[in-house]
Amino acid sequence: MRPSPRRLLNILVPVKRAVDYSVKIRVNPAQTGVDTNVKHSMNPFDEIAVEESIRIRERSLSSSPSSPPSSPNPVTITALTIGPPKALDVLRTALAVGADSGVHIAIGEKEAMPEPLGVAKSIKAWIEKQNEKAGGKEGRVDCVILGKQAIDDDSGVTGQMLAGLLGWSQATFASKVEVDEARGEVTVTREIDGGGMQVRCRLPVVITTDLRLNEPRYASLPNIMKAKKKPVEKLTPADLGVDFTPQLEVLKVTEPPKRVGGGKVESVEELVAKLKEAGITAA
Amino acid sequence: MLRESVRRFATDVVGPKVREMDENEMMDPAVIQGLFEQGLMGIETSADHGGAESSFTSAIIAIEELAKVDPSVSVLCDVHNTLVNTVVRKYGSKEQKDKWLPLLSETQLGSFCLSESASGSDAFALQTRAVPSADGSHYTLNGSKMWITNSWEAEFFLVFASVDLAKGYKGITCFIVPKELGVQVAKKEEKLGIRASSTCTLSFDDVKVPAENVLGGVGKGYKIAIEILNEGRIGIAAQMLGLAQGAFDKVIPYTFERKQFGQPIGTFQGMQHQMAKAAIDIEAARLLTYNAARRKEEGLDFTKEAAMAKYYASQVAMSVSGSAIEWAGGVGFTRETGIEKYWRDSKIGAIYEGTSNIQLQTIAKFIQKQYS
Repeated sequence: MRPSPRRLLNILVPVKRAVDYSVKIRVNPAQTGVDTNVKHSMNPFDEIAVEESIRIRERSLSSSPSSPPSSPNPVTITALTIGPPKALDVLRTALAVGADSGVHIAIGEKEAMPEPLGVAKSIKAWIEKQNEKAGGKEGRVDCVILGKQAIDDDSGVTGQMLAGLLGWSQATFASKVEVDEARGEVTVTREIDGGGMQVRCRLPVVITTDLRLNEPRYASLPNIMKAKKKPVEKLTPADLGVDFTPQLEVLKVTEPPKRVGGGKVESVEELVAKLKEAGITAA
Repeated sequence: MLRESVRRFATDVVGPKVREMDENEMMDPAVIQGLFEQGLMGIETSADHGGAESSFTSAIIAIEELAKVDPSVSVLCDVHNTLVNTVVRKYGSKEQKDKWLPLLSETQLGSFCLSESASGSDAFALQTRAVPSADGSHYTLNGSKMWITNSWEAEFFLVFASVDLAKGYKGITCFIVPKELGVQVAKKEEKLGIRASSTCTLSFDDVKVPAENVLGGVGKGYKIAIEILNEGRIGIAAQMLGLAQGAFDKVIPYTFERKQFGQPIGTFQGMQHQMAKAAIDIEAARLLTYNAARRKEEGLDFTKEAAMAKYYASQVAMSVSGSAIEWAGGVGFTRETGIEKYWRDSKIGAIYEGTSNIQLQTIAKFIQKQYS
């Protein structure tokens, strides 16, 4: 009897539809936030997360040449997003780059986007539902790869909160990820002030991506066409038993102060005098 | 999503190389390879032939997005898709499609060879001869083609030649001529614009082409060329449209940074009125182009609309890119900023794939038919 192909990893990649990096941000007149009637795209750190999950799959496929070419993919990648109907674009992009299926947790057009805690709770709820459906080992989520932060709110906490809620290992600010599926471990190099730090984690694990982890590929036209046929599961926050009522209230958002021009000095003495005046020197 | 994907590819992969390719008059092979890898060289080709199985409008959008960054790269993609691929798809036999379409989708660049030194607008006065062999197994091609796009890098050539000059246009036949049969590049032109796009004179010196390489039937070349150039026109309109938009997008931010007399020059009313007019022209060209594409996809008559789109878009490309140089002032005149390149690139729009006068003539024929 032919042995069934080894299942390697089930990776979940949450992606966020955020304000595009190239947009010139303007604070709204009420000073409660920024003008969001602008171009949006997938959060760049999330693109890196999607790319990494595909590279993990490619590495596992190339390291097991004995698997028959017709065997199913040993690494399954699911992309997940929370947002209004427009967020589907971002999900489709993830599918076009290589994710196998998508999950859209839908909120209304006018509703506020969830806070990091709400996001983490939704992902946890989805994972628990998924694991319940899977029962035994096959189909359980082993790994969640997220961007370290979203470039619109720069919170940088969702991954950490998720790991805490799930009770899973976490390896944040990853600049390198190596998977050892035989031992059920992941070795991650983390970017920290002053250099790099290597951690080894047992699966299941939450990883957040940093800038230097990889350079995301482009979605080629044939893959964009194929993505249209990939399945997308649609859910509401209520289906997951999660409440997105905000816990935080934004008091005020302002632009950074306009840069004031400097002045020119004629001598070192004058420079020191000016620094003293500005209160920058010790004496 | 296609638009976004092509835009990124164009900006990230093609963008940094634009100036160098223009100065060196040479297309970077990595760019051509990138186009193949992104599936942009078989846009309408079916998936079993290695293509992306997308619509004509998808091709138009891809051509437009590429042109915003580099009209030279855009025309390479346009000729390959709207002329070469489409001819093989529409008029090829099953064997020819199975053999050639995968190569064209994945690795081989194609060229469309119709014009000669003595036949441009008067295309069907061509002189290249294809003499059938006594046993009918092959044809011997002799002659020369001029102004052929992609020919420096191409491996696949569609060559229009006459099997019997006495028959006039009824002798014209379309042949598939792979480079290895003996296609020679006699001269590479040094041009004003789209310099990275290779434009060469080709010579055919007793080139033997197997009879199975006749495409669409002997004597059918005239019909094939007429029909395909119609579609190709919309492709050029898209290229010119992208060019105009690219020039506009490049210069406008500068006008809001450059200050004179205490304010950004883009806030002077004179400038603003010019910018608004340019925006209107681009939008009009866009709608003409998309409408022609829509009509084609819906199976409606689109000859007149395609001629209008190509004519108008090429005019707008020239006027907007010219204005862009002026809005940028001295900086616009230097090659470093890349604005003047759009203007140089735009001139060909009024010339190739049917000169502006030919387009006007085509449109006038419809008017005359309708009103007299």
